[in-house]
Amino acid sequence: MRRFILRYLIPRIIQFLTIIFVGITVTFIIPRLAPTDPVEAQVSMMIARGSSLDPQSIASMRAALTDLYGLSGGPVQQYFAFWGRLLRGDLGPSLANFPTPVSEMIGQAMPYTLSVLVTAVIISWIFGNLFGALSSYYPKNKALNVIEVLGQAVRPIPYYIVALVLLVVFAFFIPIFPFSGAYPVGIKPSWSLEFMWIYLKHSALPAATLVLVGFGGWFIGMKSLTSNIISEDYVVYAETAGLKENKILRHYIMRNALLPQLTGLAMSLGTVFSGALIMEVVFGFPGIGSLTMAAVFRNDYSMIMGIAIYSIIGVAVAVFLMDLIYPLFDPRVRYQ
Amino acid sequence: MFRVLRDLLRYDGRFRFAFILLAAVVVMVLLSFVSPYDPKKSFAVPMDMPPSLEHIFGTNSRGQDLFWWLTFAVRNSLFLGVMTAIISRVIAVLVGLTAGYRGGWLDRVLMSINDSFVVLPLLPILILLGLLLRDRMNLFFLAVILGLFGWPFDARLIRSQVLSLKERSFTRTAVHSGINGFWITINEHLPFVLPIVFATTINNMLWSIGMEVTLSVLGLSDLITPSLGTALYWANQHGALVARVWWWIAAPALVATVLFLGLYLFFASINEYIDPRTRLRLMGG
Amino acid sequence: MALLNVKNLCAYYQTELYGISRTVRAVDGVSFDLFPNEIYGVAGESSCGKTTLIKVISGNVKPPLKALEGSVNYNFGEYKVDMLQASEDELRRNVRWKEISYVMQGSMSVLNPVRKIIKTFEDIVDTHEGIMDKDKFLEQAREHVNRLGLPTDVLNAYPHQLSGGMRQRVTIALATVFHPSLIIADEPTTALDVVVQRGVLQMIKNIQAMSSNTVLLVTHDMAVHANVADRVMIMYAGRIAEEAPTESIFNAPLHPYTQHLISSLPMIGERSTRASLKGTPPNLANPPSGCRFHPRCPYVMDVCRAEVPDLVSVKERHRVACHLVKEGSL
Repeated sequence: MRRFILRYLIPRIIQFLTIIFVGITVTFIIPRLAPTDPVEAQVSMMIARGSSLDPQSIASMRAALTDLYGLSGGPVQQYFAFWGRLLRGDLGPSLANFPTPVSEMIGQAMPYTLSVLVTAVIISWIFGNLFGALSSYYPKNKALNVIEVLGQAVRPIPYYIVALVLLVVFAFFIPIFPFSGAYPVGIKPSWSLEFMWIYLKHSALPAATLVLVGFGGWFIGMKSLTSNIISEDYVVYAETAGLKENKILRHYIMRNALLPQLTGLAMSLGTVFSGALIMEVVFGFPGIGSLTMAAVFRNDYSMIMGIAIYSIIGVAVAVFLMDLIYPLFDPRVRYQ
Repeated sequence: MFRVLRDLLRYDGRFRFAFILLAAVVVMVLLSFVSPYDPKKSFAVPMDMPPSLEHIFGTNSRGQDLFWWLTFAVRNSLFLGVMTAIISRVIAVLVGLTAGYRGGWLDRVLMSINDSFVVLPLLPILILLGLLLRDRMNLFFLAVILGLFGWPFDARLIRSQVLSLKERSFTRTAVHSGINGFWITINEHLPFVLPIVFATTINNMLWSIGMEVTLSVLGLSDLITPSLGTALYWANQHGALVARVWWWIAAPALVATVLFLGLYLFFASINEYIDPRTRLRLMGG
Repeated sequence: MALLNVKNLCAYYQTELYGISRTVRAVDGVSFDLFPNEIYGVAGESSCGKTTLIKVISGNVKPPLKALEGSVNYNFGEYKVDMLQASEDELRRNVRWKEISYVMQGSMSVLNPVRKIIKTFEDIVDTHEGIMDKDKFLEQAREHVNRLGLPTDVLNAYPHQLSGGMRQRVTIALATVFHPSLIIADEPTTALDVVVQRGVLQMIKNIQAMSSNTVLLVTHDMAVHANVADRVMIMYAGRIAEEAPTESIFNAPLHPYTQHLISSLPMIGERSTRASLKGTPPNLANPPSGCRFHPRCPYVMDVCRAEVPDLVSVKERHRVACHLVKEGSL
């Protein structure tokens, strides 16, 4: 047990911390590289937009901004102050909705993004891998070949375009699904069955976007992976021993192919997350993506910064969790 | 090199398809040099005309012929893709070679940083960057930024290749016969590394052009220069779907799809051809 | 009564990709018999067709491999089967692992890395016989491995926790679960050190003595053949060069190739240099005409280039394919 912790757990923890460290540092450095002083630019833009804020509020906003970017004090001081506030969970106020804290707004939007994201990722991973494995074990199957072509066709296309196409086809030309949003204007979100049904209808297309693009990727990856595994000694052995195809597929081929695919899943989380963000923009889905869009539109620096930080931490945690799950599947890591 | 292309053209249906798509793209790029309309000018033609013989893709609400505007868009997007690919290749090769050859703590540090970049969700970070540099952004600058973020995945691939090459016997032979380390790299190892670099280039182009589309749609890049992303941005700005000017969205989406599909299938076919394991698998049929 | 009769077997690899067709004639006209209660060795250098022959005999013919000509017929007492015609279902029900089992080359990696050994046992037994009583099965499994000299806790381990030699012996234990009539062992001792080799060979000999079945042992290592085989067949470039009882092969080889093979074996006390055959093994996609050994044979004659020599009996149980040797000349 101790060897396991030493050899496996500790490097993973270090990696986790490194990711967060690198990510946060990059987020920290970027505003400082800007040629403009974000605080002043921000304040003057708010004034120019005609926000009716009295000098008192403007002063406190300026202070908040300066504090947010930790622009008070020398660079090193700023860096540590930054971390200090981060660890307290304080991301500052949203500039567009001053003084609502960024964390609060992100917290509201997060469930929408996560529910679609997690569902879509799980569905596309499971089905993509399943069909990919089947397609390489039964290479002549016509249906599987068609699926492969479709998967290959959708995979390289950016999320935005796929989302757009789905929207245009299924909400515009053939109005099956609603046009935008997560629920029609005027309805309050609740846990009632009725709302769930409405939510389902509205989140179907967003989820479909993520599933379609992801499916292709997993399909192709799994197919080439299983093709290599099929020629591995232990599969040939199982076939020679006359084991049934079913058993070979499940326990010998897929079980072994799962391992690298799990790792791949962890690696892809960052990309899928980015895809989810942009897809929300198309569908007007009230998750982090739309929050981002609104923030960009209104130059809400602190919101964007908060979103960036949350994304980094979120993805790093997810990857770390996957790292913890992995030994459950691979005995070679469990028993050294 | 040409034999590869000739074989693929003759025997691989998917490659033929990709070739046609890419040929269409190249044609569009070439056409941009003889465009009758200046993409920077607006209201040169009647607005909101659906596709017709005179305006193949129709016109938009700013009075521009979509087809000719898109030829510039394709050219610029490709240009961005190539630039990003070059910059990130250079970084990837440098990092990959250094990590692979030096090993030790330098390798570990580099790979740690590398993996962090692979896992990090780049979009929020890029959005932050884009927001800050909004006014000064132009296509070239965007290419540089994307290049600075696009190297990690491939650096790792190059490093693995270097690691396996180091152990091979012909390397030991070279070392023992006294050839200087640098020349070993150039003469003996580069022929193995280059195919990987090439394969990842196309992948990288797909990623960078896709990123550009995403960032532009959010309005974070140079909005005057035509590109696939800015086309969609302006279409959204003018509420194209709501105003029923659907071709303004459809045309860039179509062109983008052709470009991405073509690049990807091209890349997949070449990859399959080169990789001996897929060859073995295909032969088993 | 022969256990296995192979007549004129021709098995080729046919590939076609990107416009290039290639046919590799891995097994080209091989005929031999296997009898019960013997250890039969197959020797020859790499890519002489040994593994292909094994694949066909054990019913593992998959594209691009194709058995184009000839017959492979088994006689298991009451049950007879034509290997090339039998359906996969029939093979799985009656033949695989029950009559014929296979110890594969490179047994390092034939065990599924994510399954415990006992599970692999279970898989095999369940497929062919079905497990009614789990406890009884476990008991029998334990007994089986113990009888073969393996500790019981091997069953609860994962493959990567066992050493190479251990894994090899587990594979042999797996192969003997149903006491098959024929055990095919493909390079069972390669990549093992000499001490472990001895253990493995001892195990094989014990099993054969205990069950009086047939073992087909394929290896390029002549020392192994000298140790365990009753009869040896020498293969070269897809054809049989010579087949004889072990003693005859080592003491009085008739085919020039065999002679060279035997003379190249180091002997205690001898210090003379060994001469290697000139040339390289032939490309089976484009084999030499006539006798395939003729480019390298020190006694080559004109007829060797033109005609393929027949495999003729020179003595009881001794066959040679060489123009130098006439039928019944000994």
